[in-house]
Amino acid sequence: MVRFINLTLAGITSGMVFAAVALALVLIWRATRIVNFAQGGMLMFTTFLAWSVIDGGGSYWLALGVALASGLVLGAVLERVVVRPVENKPPLNAVIVTLGLYVLLQAAAGMIWGDTPHSYPPAFTIRGLTVAGTRLLLSPFDLFVIGAVAAVMVLLTLLFVRTDLGLRLRASAFAPEIARLQGVRVGRMLTLGWALAALVGSLAGVLIAPSVFVGPAQFDAMLVFGFTAAVIGGLDSPAGAVTGGLLLGCALSYVSGYVSTDLVTFGALAALITVLMIRPNGLFAATTGRRV
Amino acid sequence: MLEVKDLTVHYGAVRALAGVELSVDEGSLTAVLGANGAGKTTLMRAVSGLLRPRSGRVELDGRDITRLPVEDIVRLGVAHVPQSGGVITELTVEDNLRLGGLWRRDRAALARRVAEMYELFPALAERRAKTAATLSGGERQMLALARALTGGPRLLLVDEPSLGLAPRVVAQLMAVLRRLCDEDGRTVLLVEQNARSALSVADRAVVLDLGAVVAAENAATLAADDRLRHAYLGF
Repeated sequence: MVRFINLTLAGITSGMVFAAVALALVLIWRATRIVNFAQGGMLMFTTFLAWSVIDGGGSYWLALGVALASGLVLGAVLERVVVRPVENKPPLNAVIVTLGLYVLLQAAAGMIWGDTPHSYPPAFTIRGLTVAGTRLLLSPFDLFVIGAVAAVMVLLTLLFVRTDLGLRLRASAFAPEIARLQGVRVGRMLTLGWALAALVGSLAGVLIAPSVFVGPAQFDAMLVFGFTAAVIGGLDSPAGAVTGGLLLGCALSYVSGYVSTDLVTFGALAALITVLMIRPNGLFAATTGRRV
Repeated sequence: MLEVKDLTVHYGAVRALAGVELSVDEGSLTAVLGANGAGKTTLMRAVSGLLRPRSGRVELDGRDITRLPVEDIVRLGVAHVPQSGGVITELTVEDNLRLGGLWRRDRAALARRVAEMYELFPALAERRAKTAATLSGGERQMLALARALTGGPRLLLVDEPSLGLAPRVVAQLMAVLRRLCDEDGRTVLLVEQNARSALSVADRAVVLDLGAVVAAENAATLAADDRLRHAYLGF
């Protein structure tokens, strides 16, 4: 029983990180119908920037700030410069461009920082908390991970649902032409959407860095996990992305604990294929598409 | 107020509008009539900036707006209600309404306008927190019109508001459009296939056929012209 609880706790922690990556993918998919295959490379790059800050003697919190800020800028610049020309073009163009971007970012990181993975410190101790004499697989750092992702999600929800800017962002995502007819500067909204998505991705990168180490190829699995979580949730739904992330986190934790740690990536791909075969609209798709 | 001069629009190799001339006086209601595919919607989209014409000019108060982006044309006081309304079904009625006036950045005035719209269309007030997907076709058309009005436009472009609506609802809608001109001094450009309804409220009417203007007359004169009516308007 303790083992089950421990695996669940570990699953929730990693699930929150998957949820953040999934949310980054969903935000971009909703606004531009593009699956951002460069997301793994983008969060790798911003995590490297954060690592440089720590390596140069900066504090954890300064590094976190640098990662988030550089994520915002990177997302905005990439949308304006690289993605804008393929928006509203055949979907394959965007697939090729984001894949190319991923290769480019990975190669650039290798040239700048080298291919050897570096360790990244956690914000708090990773020694598990002890409750009633039992050591749990839940450390203060895990609580920080869960809290940080939850806080960003709450802030994003408030932004989207409670503010006029959020109304513009939602209108641009749902019906770009209609939004323009209401005077919404949709181009700016798309740039902002990419910036926000990249910020969430950057957060996930920094939070997972202590367990995967920082290297050009260390975050590749994050895209697989995040994409799987997003597909489980239905790609179109931010709430679904979070639920999908948590489900996937727990499922993979059980696979790793009860079967073998070698099968974790395999488990994620199996889950992805199963969901795509059985419920291609995601487990939580309520409606049959859009009613006109 | 609005001058369209020698406007030509192509979709690829297909010519949709050929040298269209149109003049709309301030405070008037002008109907654009014609069969399916005559170019009525294309004309509206070119005026509001959604389409780039190949040649010709669109002038608003003497200012050339032909190459201006849609968002900037909106800021000059032009509101375009597209065919079947274009309400955003995922958003609530209230959010749809507010969206129309958000560009003005005056929050107090926006709240006042939204309240006015609820007074004008009480059915919308009851549904304000529901998504627009729950509205009927007529209610969506009302919402689309109300949304355009929250921006306080001077020129209103309305594309086939009668599409799929019951005759009684169409009559109400036409009466609302007429009042916008008479009481608020707004200018309305109305595209309609339902020529009889449109002519009953319009001051002037333009008939398009295969992308060209074949008649531009007072609405009453046009309604009395049997030849034109039979040839182009089908009644």
